[in-house]
Amino acid sequence: MTEQNLPVISFKDFSFQYRAQKKPTLTGINLDIYPGERVLIAGPSGSGKSTLAGCINGLNPFSNPGECTGSLIVDGVDAPHSSIFELSAHVGTVLQDPDGQFIGLTVGEDIAFALENSCMPQEQMHSITRHAAELVGIQDHLDYAPHELSGGQKQRVSLAGVMVDQVKILLFDEPLANLDPATGKQAIELIDEIQQKTDTTVLIIEHRLEDVLWKNVDRIVLVNEGKILADLHPDELLSTTLLADNGIREPLYVTAMRYAGIEIAPCKKPSHVNSLILDQTDQKMLQNWFHQKELSEPSGTPEPLLEIKNLSFGYTRNHPTLKDVTLTIYKGEMVSIVGRNGAGKSTLSKLICGFETPDQGTLLFNGRDLSGENIRHRAKYIGYVMQNPNQMISKTMIFDEVALSLRNSGMTEDQIREKVENTLKICGLYPFRNWPVSALSFGQKKRVTIASVLVQDPELIILDEPTAGQDFYHYTEIMEFLRTLNQRGVTVIMITHDMHLMLEYTPRALVFSDGQLIADRSAAAVLCDESLITQAALKETSLFTLANRCGITPPEAFVERFIEEDREVRDNGR
Amino acid sequence: MKSNNSIKTVVAVGIGAALFFVLGRFVAIPSPVPNTNISLQYAVLALLAVMYGPVAGGLIGFIGHTLIDLSWGGSPWWSWVITSAFVGVIVGLFAKKLNVQEGDFGKGKVTLFAIANIAAHVIGWIVVAPVLDILIYAEPANKVFAQGAFAAISNTITAVIVGGLLVLAYTKTIAKKGSLDQE
Amino acid sequence: MAANTVLNYLPRKSVIHRLTGTTKLAFFLLFTFASMITYNTWVLLGLLAVSIAAFRLSKIKIREVRFMMIFMLVFLLLNNLFIFLFDPNQGTHLYGTHHVLCHLFWRYDLTAEQLFYMVNISLKYFVALPVAILFISATDPSEFAASLNSIGISYKVGYSVSIALRYIPDIQRDYHSISQAQQARGVELGKNEKFFSRLKNSVNILLPLILTSLNRIDTISNAMELRGFGKNKKRTWYTQRPFARRDFLTLALGVLLLLFSLTVTIKCGRFYNPFC
Repeated sequence: MTEQNLPVISFKDFSFQYRAQKKPTLTGINLDIYPGERVLIAGPSGSGKSTLAGCINGLNPFSNPGECTGSLIVDGVDAPHSSIFELSAHVGTVLQDPDGQFIGLTVGEDIAFALENSCMPQEQMHSITRHAAELVGIQDHLDYAPHELSGGQKQRVSLAGVMVDQVKILLFDEPLANLDPATGKQAIELIDEIQQKTDTTVLIIEHRLEDVLWKNVDRIVLVNEGKILADLHPDELLSTTLLADNGIREPLYVTAMRYAGIEIAPCKKPSHVNSLILDQTDQKMLQNWFHQKELSEPSGTPEPLLEIKNLSFGYTRNHPTLKDVTLTIYKGEMVSIVGRNGAGKSTLSKLICGFETPDQGTLLFNGRDLSGENIRHRAKYIGYVMQNPNQMISKTMIFDEVALSLRNSGMTEDQIREKVENTLKICGLYPFRNWPVSALSFGQKKRVTIASVLVQDPELIILDEPTAGQDFYHYTEIMEFLRTLNQRGVTVIMITHDMHLMLEYTPRALVFSDGQLIADRSAAAVLCDESLITQAALKETSLFTLANRCGITPPEAFVERFIEEDREVRDNGR
Repeated sequence: MKSNNSIKTVVAVGIGAALFFVLGRFVAIPSPVPNTNISLQYAVLALLAVMYGPVAGGLIGFIGHTLIDLSWGGSPWWSWVITSAFVGVIVGLFAKKLNVQEGDFGKGKVTLFAIANIAAHVIGWIVVAPVLDILIYAEPANKVFAQGAFAAISNTITAVIVGGLLVLAYTKTIAKKGSLDQE
Repeated sequence: MAANTVLNYLPRKSVIHRLTGTTKLAFFLLFTFASMITYNTWVLLGLLAVSIAAFRLSKIKIREVRFMMIFMLVFLLLNNLFIFLFDPNQGTHLYGTHHVLCHLFWRYDLTAEQLFYMVNISLKYFVALPVAILFISATDPSEFAASLNSIGISYKVGYSVSIALRYIPDIQRDYHSISQAQQARGVELGKNEKFFSRLKNSVNILLPLILTSLNRIDTISNAMELRGFGKNKKRTWYTQRPFARRDFLTLALGVLLLLFSLTVTIKCGRFYNPFC
């Protein structure tokens, strides 16, 4: 067993404090990681998990100045007293941002980047690059430019780019953050495969626990408030309530079992839904829980708000991005749009907002034709919120940011003040109204961008990936806020890769693939349809698997039952 | 730490040149004189030169301008390329004095920033560019000086006003969180 | 838009394409200097012949670079017009004589000297044009950085150029989406706005663009450092190709042309004067 070996990474009473901060971000870390282990480091945002990773690859303290105490040995190197360059020969880091780390003009150049820096002769460089590309399965794209690749392919390139150095340790910083669900699943499979082929030590920093557990990990290290709270086998950790207590979402099937009153214990092997041990009693309990309550039926006949008829559009001729899309959004709905990158989701929202002009088809808003109205006009009833708040915020003060669109419409300063203050109250930002935007957290910035759109009183708002990169706490915060807005009568459309979001918050899902609308039905039904899941690069929910294993039909009803219960538990918890 | 600064400068030059290129090549904001556009790239050049110093400023101007000329498909108009580089260097020389990373941009600094830009653009477009035009291309003096004067005025306005507002906004974003209270 | 299309790279199987990037860059610079130094009509015509021959060798069709050609023609025409309007006697200054061909209006006489001067300045531009287009259209952008490095420029500067080419499409996309979102909030940059509010409005687009770019600078420099950029005084290049005989020949030709142009300029003066 691994215990006989010497650890490849060893923290002893280790602390780290950024120069710009008053308190240490990491304190009293003791952690040994052995060669060939697969370790998941989990924790909410701000827990210190990324700082921990930064100490291993040398970004801390060499790029982000700070002070280390205690000791940290990485593959025999005294990390705090070495250099990024020295550590990079031992630790390969795959960062979160797929474009920021794709530096080369083509795949081949990017993979070879580290070799170029080591002055390797060209012949050798080409053969090693090729070998690394084969390892991650990107060898047929060596002369492709980054924009010709999908997010998953870019990640493969980044992985190959660190594999060329024959590193002993691979460090993945939130590898799932920018991927669609199916690609995320493949990424985890790829990491697993590479680990087995090369016998490297793998560290994955992620808060999306269930997705990482798709393949086996040996241990989960739970970090919060700069300390290690648990260092356990997944089966053991899932048997505790530590995850939920620290803002990490448990796998949904585990939560469902808890709702059904099943005691989770390591002997049930809860770390994977397929290998989970469910005995007769457990199945009976789940079935009983499912039948305990009737599902509530939606009431009332909805009134159409936005009608899209036979919409087609292409950025270049002969390459339509959207083909003959027809759909209706009803007043007061909360709808998600899902599908792989490039399926036409963002393009649809651009057409609705008037950023682009359709080649064919009509858009009706409250029965009125939108074709004659420009971006500015439409913005008064259709708000658009970009994925990255930093791309939207153009003022330094919160008040000014929210007031911007009103100032451009010629209202008096008093009217503006009243309107903005009201909006800030709705968004829970009123206490911060005189703060600079830069002092806010990501989630708060997101709220500012939503406020700056809401201030124009739109009936419909469209959000692009509202929760991308957010941990469970911030995810819940943003989504609950959107839900209150929705209850105030604003219709909400969300473009998302997050299957949890779609299940929990949007009763209805529109599925796009290759520019076509391929499904328009309940989110639960979408995630229980295997052929649809494959076609649109989605990921089935583990609740579906659980329902099947207990013989509960139809599985989507089980999923909906879960969502309702979950909603109740959370509302009461508040 | 030192090494990262030099890498950061390399990257800043690359990204700066890309910004210079995109603004200069694709963004057309009409100026009051018919058929001419505001050169927003000089506002961004002013900000980046002040942040990263004269070497980076000069290189951003040089690379960005060369790429713009090449993309239009001719030989770069070297006299003007060199002038863009010159402007970046001159404004960059004030980087230490202005020290915008500190997060304050008071009246004194605003004045200094304006002076730096006025000096750079006036000398650049009224002296460097026309003289090089005459030396390299033997163009008539009054034509190149008239062109230079127009460029000097329009680029100074852009650099001082838009560049100044950008620096101001940038310094506000790095203001310390320190004493903020909820109201 | 990829780096390829930023500079209109047209891959082809030709002698010119087979030359290394270094050769093309060096030849482009030598040739540009040669044509910059001289104003001698005969030398310019000679250079033009070389330039056109090289263009034909590249197998690039004129219609593929039509856009660039048209742009340059318009530029040239306007430039000539301005030169004439500002100083109809520049030719006389340069050549010392004054042969009026016809009177146009007011103070504008069309002289043979002016006409000849303008033909020369256009010629000077035309000489450089095919070589410049070739340099852009026949050089793989991936080779730029390596080429700059191998003619003696620091690899760090070379890499800055490569980063610029790599991220131009990304920044262009950022600009586009930021400006759309701002338009939705009533930020206009068009003619309907007053000049100063146009300037002020532009800050609303530039600020988010710059702040996201500064974040990008941080991520990229971390990624580069983690993969050992700047570790050594030198670095090798994945895309660099070995010199062949044709590269040496081309470089020799470039040097010869420059020397020729220099010699003629020193011996016979910068201008060829047919008027005396």
